[in-house]
This record gives sequence, structure tokens and C-alpha cells, in this order.
Amino acid sequence: MMASSYSAKEEDGHHSGSAGLGGTAIRTRKPDNTAFKQQRLPAWQPILTAGTVLPAFFIIGLIFIPIGIGLFVTSNNIKEFEIDYTGTDMSSPCFNCSQSFSWNSTTPCRCVLFFSLDQPFESNVFMYYGLSNFYQNHRRYVKSRDDSQLNGDERSLKEPSKECEPYRTNENKPIAPCGAIANSMFNDTLDLFYIDPNGTQTQIPFIKKGIAWWTDKHVKFRNPSSSNPNLTAVFIDTAKPVNWRKPVYELDTDPENNGFINEDFIVWMRTAALPTFRKLYRIIQKKNNMTPTLPRGNYSLEVTYNYPVRSFEGRKRMILSTISWMGGKNPFLGIAYITVGSICFFLGVVLLFIHHKYGNRNNSSDIPN
Amino acid sequence: MKLIGATAIEDKLQDGVAQTIEQLTKAEIKIWVLTGDKQETAENIGYSCNLLREEMNEVFFVAANSPEEVRQELRDARLKMLPDTEEDKFLIPETILGDTPKVVEDENVNGDYGLVINGHSLAFALESNMELEFLRTACMCRTVICCRVTPLQKAQVVELVKKYKKAVTLAIGDGANDVSMIKAAHIGVGISGQEGMQAVLSSDFSFAQFRFLQRLLLVHGRWSYLRMCKFLRYFFYKNFTFTFVHFWYAFFCGFSAQTVYDEGFITLYNLVYTALPVLGMSLFDQDVNAGWSLEYPQLYVPGQLSQYFSKRAFVMCALHSWYSSLVLFFVPYAATYDTARDDGKDGADYQSFALITQTCLTVTVCVQLGLDLSYWTVVNHLFVWGSLGMFFILTFTMYTDGLFQLRPSSFAFIGTARNCLNQPNVWLTVALTAILCVLPVAAYRFFYSQISPTINDKVQYRPAPRPRRTRLTRRSTRRSGYAFSHAHGYGDLVTSGRFLRRHAPARSMGLISTGRSPGFKPTGRSAGYSPVGREQNPKQKVEPTSLQMFRAVKDTSF
Repeated sequence: MMASSYSAKEEDGHHSGSAGLGGTAIRTRKPDNTAFKQQRLPAWQPILTAGTVLPAFFIIGLIFIPIGIGLFVTSNNIKEFEIDYTGTDMSSPCFNCSQSFSWNSTTPCRCVLFFSLDQPFESNVFMYYGLSNFYQNHRRYVKSRDDSQLNGDERSLKEPSKECEPYRTNENKPIAPCGAIANSMFNDTLDLFYIDPNGTQTQIPFIKKGIAWWTDKHVKFRNPSSSNPNLTAVFIDTAKPVNWRKPVYELDTDPENNGFINEDFIVWMRTAALPTFRKLYRIIQKKNNMTPTLPRGNYSLEVTYNYPVRSFEGRKRMILSTISWMGGKNPFLGIAYITVGSICFFLGVVLLFIHHKYGNRNNSSDIPN
Repeated sequence: MKLIGATAIEDKLQDGVAQTIEQLTKAEIKIWVLTGDKQETAENIGYSCNLLREEMNEVFFVAANSPEEVRQELRDARLKMLPDTEEDKFLIPETILGDTPKVVEDENVNGDYGLVINGHSLAFALESNMELEFLRTACMCRTVICCRVTPLQKAQVVELVKKYKKAVTLAIGDGANDVSMIKAAHIGVGISGQEGMQAVLSSDFSFAQFRFLQRLLLVHGRWSYLRMCKFLRYFFYKNFTFTFVHFWYAFFCGFSAQTVYDEGFITLYNLVYTALPVLGMSLFDQDVNAGWSLEYPQLYVPGQLSQYFSKRAFVMCALHSWYSSLVLFFVPYAATYDTARDDGKDGADYQSFALITQTCLTVTVCVQLGLDLSYWTVVNHLFVWGSLGMFFILTFTMYTDGLFQLRPSSFAFIGTARNCLNQPNVWLTVALTAILCVLPVAAYRFFYSQISPTINDKVQYRPAPRPRRTRLTRRSTRRSGYAFSHAHGYGDLVTSGRFLRRHAPARSMGLISTGRSPGFKPTGRSAGYSPVGREQNPKQKVEPTSLQMFRAVKDTSF
């Protein structure tokens, strides 16, 4: 056979019209022989082998189940009490208030509900009001606010944003705060009384500051011309929202909780994500380590019923709850973790069995070549 | 007459041609040769490239002078291959309505057959009343060699296959007379070299040696298909998941089209948070490295069958997205339903919910990408972890005080990141959703790799191959690369092999000299395969079909 003696000239696609002439560099169109351009970069190539997948399943299962149990136990230890005071039922104490609501009544309607706590509530107790079927997440509603105005911008105070329509002006005066969110602020008053065994009622002291986010209270919401302590003068030439009984500068006597920085207002303006929600109303501070904050016994809830929910079939409730590191009472995460952990573990067992039975099909010796 | 001497011109095949053809045949690519050479030359090229073989049941020669004879010869050939076929049954799906093009289906025959047809007969065979007959007969053969073909006929043959077969065609050539064929095929490949640059200028790909075709198809073509399909599947997945969550939220927001996510996130999701990782995957991913791709041409078949991205794959992707969106909405929903933060303050507000869902989504699609990526280079690591990091950096940045003071209405989410992401509850929710979305996929893939492993799976378990030169198995024993190319006469006699038939196995060495042709030395082992260099650039027409791909080798000499 003839020896191979091909010339390497034409090998690599050189266009060597003047190849090798006097040592000049040959113009070559060959791409660089670097690892990047030749796709030879060093790489980690994970593949789903039994040695990685099965231990991963077992480990995830073994980690999730204790976490789930911890979450579930924590959630169970949180004490919560809920009472619905909408008053749709004829036997409910607030039935008259719910039926006879009118916008321009001067005397507020009051109703009293009695309940009892079976277990004492330790540590700080948080009192929430809850609403149902109230769509604070409706798109048109969520847009209806003016964040510049709420931040204390003078110009926005006099000329609120167009998004606030139709709650932008009233009788040719700009509404402060404008928008549907502010207009629909929750204005029921809830008071809690402890009825001790011999019948005397003691009011439980509330804390009404410290219920909103720090960033909301100190950065997002600012009163206009904050140097001026006289809020009535600051808000002159503005109108109050249509459905409010009092203007914004009369929300509280405390000047640090008045105007836009009123914490009840701030909490309301932080719109909820879902149609059933709760918002922090008051905090009941713990007294000392010996006495429970809310001892066992009978209580009465006095409601000043200002907020109508009948027209949209909403419901109102009052919630008393303690808090833990995972937040309020919510068994879902605990149950979900336990379930996923067990499914994972079970899947691991099933896949182990399958690998044991069929895994040798991956034997590479039977690749036809 | 007094014999004074003899002249001979040697025009050899390029290096590695036969081996390339063998590999491509294993990859279910059918190879046709379209050459302008004489029939004997083309035949010998066929034998030396291993396209025509000794073991073939029969090689049909169609060289007739009238249309009826051509038709008869084609028909005889077909009936010999499949004796029980009906005359006019073409296996073309008939349609009653509409104008769908007819497709000639592949028919399986027992045995290997070859077809050699010359240009004169081809002219008759390509007429519209006989082209389907010709195509059907040709497709039943393992190899088709068309000799004495004009450039126009080359293009016509390519177009015939394109029109009537569900196949992708590739034409490879090196001369100016191949330009029409290269332009007619789906993929045109030009070989740059001695014949000039016309073929190169009109082609989609060009290189200098025929053997580079193997790498082009089996390595780069395969990777390209894989990357494209992975990219598409993942892209649809991440966008469907992102969008379906809004569908579920609609039930809880009064169908008011309120977005679940922050508007800044919606803008940046496709631009910043998920763009680079998927780009990295589509640039660098390799499931099987180059060495194994060349060694196992069967790995090429999934691309021919459109297995990685088909209607079924798309539906599976949509179902996966639907499931993921369910998890991504309802787990945060249930985790924040009517709850508060760990200091009692509001934790279930819209902005916190949006942030939780955003974080769950970004982490989940990132983990899913990690599962899809099978080749993690430095660049991939940078892109994936960098994008995830950018998500957190940009989220925190957009929710700072400074930007809020600048434009309160645009950056209304102030404080959300700080207040929401310090809750252990939130991180537990994120971990739960990520695991819940990805675990079924991992289990499903592992399950199938155990029950019915594909060749990809089997090859992946092997370590990297050692580079070695594969040896071509020669089976042809009596053919040499040398042909006597003159008019009818002794050529037939010499090449008929009557003097040279050997029953020895393939690897016999040794010379046989026969009385009649003193210079004729067939060597057993590598008869016809001369890896010496002044190339005779063979032109190939390569056409992959769903089951078989066709390819043509064409030769410019004479």
C-alpha cells in the first residue's frame, strides 16, 4: 500500500495563496484553540444517579418532618380567640346596630357581647379586628391612593393624584387623605372589659402605638410641614374624606398619633392581600411574669358599631391572639412540612426499591456499537 | 498495433471519508451519491467508501434509453426488493380536502440493496410521471449512486426528496457544479479546497475536509438541537408559571386583574433575573461530551425523531407549569392566610404577599434550571448565582427609603423587603415551594432513567473516553480503488471480479497477480481505501429522514 504523503497545506482551510513565503504570518481563519471557543471548558456534570438522588430524598424527608412537627406544635401552643360581631343573626346583640345603620346619625350605636376565655393568655396579647369578603386587593381600589400626599408633600396636599378619583375633591376642596382606601377606613371602636367573679367590670388597658410598621410610621407616612405642630392650620383648605365623621387632624389627641401618622390609619392603608384578613388594633401588654395578661374568666366586648358591612355581605370579628416566632396561629406550614417530608421519604423508599430491581439496566455494556 | 505505454491519473479520496460515511450510516443517515463521473468510477468510489458492499443482496443498474425501459427497470428493482407490493400503492396518505403535500412513507425491505442510475436515465426518471416511482425504489435501497449527473439534475434530485419525504436534506460538495444542489438542500455544506470557492460561498457551512462533516453533525448538530430544545422548554416553563399564578389570584381579588407581583419585578423578571441563566444553558450545555458523541452515532437519532421538543413535550411542559403555578400561589396563600408577623404586626398585606410569591417564584425557577443544566461551566455558575443574587440586591434596593423619597408613587413598596424577609416563616415557605415544585421532576426523571434508560443515560454513566483512533473495518475484499476508466471493453471484465474472487476473510494480506493485468494489485485489507492526500473531494448529499436519512456522495473528477 502506498504510504500516505499528503500535504498539510490544504488541511485546515488555510487560504494560503502565498503560503510560507519568507516567514510572513499566514492569514488563517482557524478559530482560536482556547477552551472557551472550542467548548472544552472544565465543567461539573451532575447526573441523577442513585447515589445522589436517593440520599437527597431521605435527607429532605428527615429534615422536613421535624421542622413540620416543630411548626405544628408551636402553632398549637398559640392561643387565639375569635368572636364575630357582625350582627346578622337576630339573636346577636349587635343586630339592631347592623340593621339600623345610617350615614348621618350623630349618636353612635353601641352593642355589648359577652364571652369567656377558658385558658389564660400569657405574654403580650394582640387584639385584631378582622373583616371577611372585603376585597382590599381589588385593582382599582389598590391604585386609589396618593403616596406623595401621604408622605407630606405640600403640592400633593393641594392637588391630589388623579388615581384618587372619585374621592379626589369634595366641594372644590382637595380631600386629604384622598382615595378609596382612606375613605373606607375602619372606624369601629372596641373596648374590652374583664368581669371578675363578683361582677365588677375592669377595663383592660390598651396600647395604641406600635401597631404599624416602623418604616411606615417614620418614612412612608409624614404629616405635611411637619415642623408645624398645629395640624388644623396645616390641613386648612382641605376636605375630610366623604365617609369619615371626623377630619384627619382630629384622629387622636396625641400629636404624634394625629394626622397622616395616626397608626390606625397607617395600618388600614397597608392593604391586605386576600379578602379575609385581620389588622392589628390594639396591644395588651403583659403585666409581669406572674400574672397572665388575660386571666381565665368572663369578658365583655363593647363595640361602637360605626362600620357598615351589610351591603356587601361582609363579616366583622374581633380576635385576641398571642404570637410566637412563626407569627400567628397557622397550622398549615406545620402540616405541609410533615406531609411533604413523609411523601419525600416514601418516594425515597419506592425509588430505592425500583433502583434495586431495575437499576442494572443502566449497565453501559449493552450499548450497541 | 504496438502498445507503447499507458497513462493513469490518480485521484484519491480524502482522508477519513469511508470512516465518516460509516459513522453517519450508523446515525441513521441515508447517503446518496450524485456525481458527474462515469459509472465505473462512481461504482468504485462507492465500493471504496463502503457505500456499496460485497454483502449487499443486489446492486441494481438502471441505464436505459427510453422512458418505458427506465420505468420497467425501476419497477423490476422494486418488485425484487419487496415482491408483494402493489403496483400503484404508493403509501401516500390520501387527503380528500385541502392541498396537503403527499409524503412517501419509508418502507422496510429485507436485505441491503444498491441502486446505480446514470444521468440519461435519471432525466427520464425525474419527470413528473415517474418521479414517485423512482423515489420509492431509491428509498428502498441502502445506497443510491447517480452517475453522469448534470448540476441541474443534482438539484432536481434534492428537491424531489425534499418535496416528497419528511426528511431533512444536506448536500455537500466542493465545486461550482454543486452550487445548485447546495442551494436546493435544507443544509448546504461546501468544501473549500482545490476546486475554488464557489461551493463555499453558496453554502451554510463550509470546511476543508470531508471528515469534518462527522463532527459537524454528530457533535455540533446534536448539541445545537439539544440546547435549542432545552432552552425552549425552560423558557415556556418559566413564563407559563409566572403567568398562571395570576390566574389563580384572580379568584381571590374579585377578577380585577390585580397583579400578584410588584410591577418592578414583572419588568425585571425576564430582563435580569432569568435571562442570563437560560442563555448560559443554551450556549454551553452538553449532555454527552464530544468524544462519546462521535463514538456512539445512535445518540443522533432523537434529533431526527424530534423527541426533545414536540407537541407532547410542549404539553408536558404546560402541565408542569400548571402544577408549579398551583404550588406557587396556594402555598404562600395558605401560609399567610389570616396571620400576622412574629411581632404581631401585619404580615399578610398585599406587599408582603407579593414579595413572598416573587421570592418563591425566582428561587423555584432557579432550582429548576439547575436541574435542567447538565454542564456547569464557570460561566453558568456565574450566571445562575449572579441572577439570584441580583434578585435580592435589586429587591432590597428598590424598597429602600432613598428611592421612595425620589418618587413615592413608583417605589411604594418601601420597607417591605426589610420587614418581610426577616421572618423565618417566609423562608420556610420559600423552601417548601421550591422543594414541592422540583421534587416531582427529579423523581420522574430518575424513575425513567432506571426503568427505561436511553442511550444518553447509559453513555453519561461512563467516564470520559480515551482518545483513540478507530479503525475502519474493511469488508470489501476484491475491490480496489483503482478503476480503469475508458469506454466499454475490458473495464467491465476487469472489474467484474471473476479473476479476483476470494473467499478469505476480510483481513487477508497479500498480493495476487493475475496474468491479465500486471499493474493491478488488490490488497485485502484496505482495498480501495487510500488515505493519501491529494483529495479527490467527494461530494455528499446527506438527507436525514425520520427513520433513515439519505445522502449522496458526489465526485467531481471526470
